[in-house]
Amino acid sequence: MPVDPSLAGRTFPATEVYEVSREKIAEFAEATGSGFDGQAAPVTFPIVVAFPAMNDLMDDPEVGMELHRVVHGEQRFTCARPVVPGDRLTAELTVETVRQIGGADIISTRTEITDSEGAQVCTAYATLVHRGEEP
Amino acid sequence: MTVATFQVDDALPTQSYQVTRTNLVKYAGASGDFNPIHWSDRVAASVGLPGVIAHGMFTMALAARALDSWAGAPGRVREFGCKFTKPVVVPDDDEGVTVIVDGTVRSLTDDAVHISLEVTCGDQKVLGAPKAVLAR
Repeated sequence: MPVDPSLAGRTFPATEVYEVSREKIAEFAEATGSGFDGQAAPVTFPIVVAFPAMNDLMDDPEVGMELHRVVHGEQRFTCARPVVPGDRLTAELTVETVRQIGGADIISTRTEITDSEGAQVCTAYATLVHRGEEP
Repeated sequence: MTVATFQVDDALPTQSYQVTRTNLVKYAGASGDFNPIHWSDRVAASVGLPGVIAHGMFTMALAARALDSWAGAPGRVREFGCKFTKPVVVPDDDEGVTVIVDGTVRSLTDDAVHISLEVTCGDQKVLGAPKAVLAR
């Protein structure tokens, strides 16, 4: 069943606060072989914070996505500053557009990641491709 | 080489990363993405994949690692985006596969460097149009 195009423009509730530890950044950096100076997290680290927001979208029964049909099509980060240990971050996801192309739903999302002062740290843009059922 | 000395059209040093199943398991744990297509041959085959594939975000993170290497320090990447065009299939052996990351300086401003990347595995580009902006 296709995703309802009226999903476009919907903003999901912000996620619970994610407390960024030095250990979590070190684990992520180690898993990707990246250097870690004790401060700046790798630029793709905010996906850890955005992931629960993306799951809220994909798990919402009203949205009607089936997880095994979802492919990550595109990802972009724009960062005001790197994530650092001690950050208390929330993620708020908005569905920007829903397009139907060749039987697939192309869902473009924007997730704003903000710190405890309400300052924007990073915006994570993800495009999810929800493949249609095989004929 | 540091960001301050980059010139337009500079080809940045090729970075080469070996990827084995161990890397995928570690990335799953670190990122929280436990989709079994990234660790189970059985599930990967059931959805029509040629084998277990790397998380697109893992391949993107390798490209980000190359950006940090070129920048000379972590924390300088201000923008980074790509499409996930081809899966990186990782066999269950000790060698795994090799992901190659190349970059070219496209333009410079007073406070930023724009870089286009090419990320390949075998003879295939695995990321589409990867582009980044580093703070100078």
